[in-house]
Amino acid sequence: MNTTTFTIGQPNTVSIIFFFLFVAATLVITYFAAKKSKTASDFYAAGRSVTGFQNGLALAGDYMSAASFLGIAGLVALKGYDGLIYSIGFLVGWPLIMFLIAEPLRNLGKYTFADVVAYRLRQKPIRVAASCGSLMTVAFYLIAQMVGSGSLVNLMFGLPYEWAIIIVGVVMIMYVLFGGMLATTWVQIIKAVLLLGGASVMVFMVLSKFGFDPSELLAEASRRYGQKVLEPGGLVSNPWDAVSLGVALMFGTAGLPHILMRFYTVPDAEQARKSVFYATGFISYFYILTFIIGFGAMVLVGQDVISKLDKGGNMAALLLAETTGGTMFLGFIAAVAFATILAVVAGLTLAGAATFSHDLYVNVFKSGKTTEEQEVRMAKRATVALGVVAMALGIAFKGQNVAFMVGLAFAIAASGNFPALLLSILWRGMSTTGATASIVVGSVTAVVLIVISPTVWVDIFHFQQAIFPWKNPALISMPLAFAAGWLGSVLAPEPDATRLYEDQKVRNYLGVGVE
Amino acid sequence: MHHASLDQSRFQELVRKKWSISLSLTALMLTIYFGFILLLAFGRHVLAQKVGTYIPLGIPVGLGVIVSACVLTGLYVRWANTVYDRSVKDCIESMKR
Repeated sequence: MNTTTFTIGQPNTVSIIFFFLFVAATLVITYFAAKKSKTASDFYAAGRSVTGFQNGLALAGDYMSAASFLGIAGLVALKGYDGLIYSIGFLVGWPLIMFLIAEPLRNLGKYTFADVVAYRLRQKPIRVAASCGSLMTVAFYLIAQMVGSGSLVNLMFGLPYEWAIIIVGVVMIMYVLFGGMLATTWVQIIKAVLLLGGASVMVFMVLSKFGFDPSELLAEASRRYGQKVLEPGGLVSNPWDAVSLGVALMFGTAGLPHILMRFYTVPDAEQARKSVFYATGFISYFYILTFIIGFGAMVLVGQDVISKLDKGGNMAALLLAETTGGTMFLGFIAAVAFATILAVVAGLTLAGAATFSHDLYVNVFKSGKTTEEQEVRMAKRATVALGVVAMALGIAFKGQNVAFMVGLAFAIAASGNFPALLLSILWRGMSTTGATASIVVGSVTAVVLIVISPTVWVDIFHFQQAIFPWKNPALISMPLAFAAGWLGSVLAPEPDATRLYEDQKVRNYLGVGVE
Repeated sequence: MHHASLDQSRFQELVRKKWSISLSLTALMLTIYFGFILLLAFGRHVLAQKVGTYIPLGIPVGLGVIVSACVLTGLYVRWANTVYDRSVKDCIESMKR
């Protein structure tokens, strides 16, 4: 069964055609979106015209990166059950977004999550601190995506690394620059539909070989590679570290700026909550598909073939596509994976641009006194600058081990962004000092602990022993951020902010005066 | 701002109710997920027990965690779309009067 020769790594005509079709279609959409994109609300929030269902798809699109599609399928193909543990961690943050964040965010904010934290506090310190938290999260996530995309495209098509980075960078800048959030949303929706559709077809073809009985597929995996592939393996070796990773994934999802920003694209809190429900459903379905794809690749392609092409197993889904559907289907799935990278990078860049323009330029440097034209112009400049920086970093980090950066982004989001956001929504006594302290303490501890952890101290700096024993800092850094928020607010209380809490509640829960 | 006409007791009750639901569901999700992680750490043999010829308990438990995430968000949306939104409407009506 495994004697097929694979064409992966060679330029694939079908794939290039599909990719150009995707880019052409999305640029046409961008052209029409550009005509409707005039005001700041259009640029950052698609004029708040997106429905709950559309936003659910777009949120799923933002979250289902090429890394999670190819990476988790590969992890399942090589390690079996452990891949499922990983994807469960990425999913369980979504219910928390629903219960704690989605509706208050929509009702209290305008374009960024700092709007909510700064709602009744002093603008400048909060905006500066929150921008640092946001920009660090976006930057680490972006570098990981860019470097991952360069190597993936290189592996998939044999296209030079730098070319892949430049194509991703230029097309992404066009989406965001001309079409703003409306174009970015539609890119996400199309990509989510293609990815879910393509993965569904692949699962259908895999299961058709096993009489449409998933347990038959798992049984075959067990017969071939031993019962261990169906059981938890070495992923959870240190329980504290595993819990700490769980904390980062769960609460970090609720602190990712590009995810939070999507809640401003819907008209009201009702649509915001519907969008989380749809997103949770789509993402769950997607992870179940990747689980079956992983086992399909394990059985139909074979672990030796997969790990020969890429040690991490990243090519498992693509090899399976070629095995089940030939060069044609491989081309389609590869193009979808490329499109996926584009969409995720566009969402991140827009979130970064909003932070630069709305938080820093408008509310810090201009003290809130700007026109909408100035704000949009600055956001567009920031988009181009961020795009160029992302390409430069992508090329600079070529060949580096950047896998830890996604974990770092989640840890900063869980420690720097989430505690301040939750406290400002729930706690009357939150003060400017408290919120600033929470963001600073949370982000700084997360970064410092990761640097002295085994992932960076040993794997990158090659020291003998790590100073901090765990790979994941969130179990320490997130509680510290909550403690700093409390301590700062108690030591430097702010009677004005406390008084405004009742007003904030009326807007938050009744939706009175919502933008 | 002028929310003087707001029925305070009704409004505070609404907020209290919202957070008791939200925080209970959060606690439930945390228990399910971290329970699963602790089971992986300390009860690996439990998850390795077979429920079919080949399928060990870990597979349905893992899928169960995924399904529970969907079910809990679904329950919240249903509650919010019916009970919560109706109470919000009542509160806003009472403010206009």
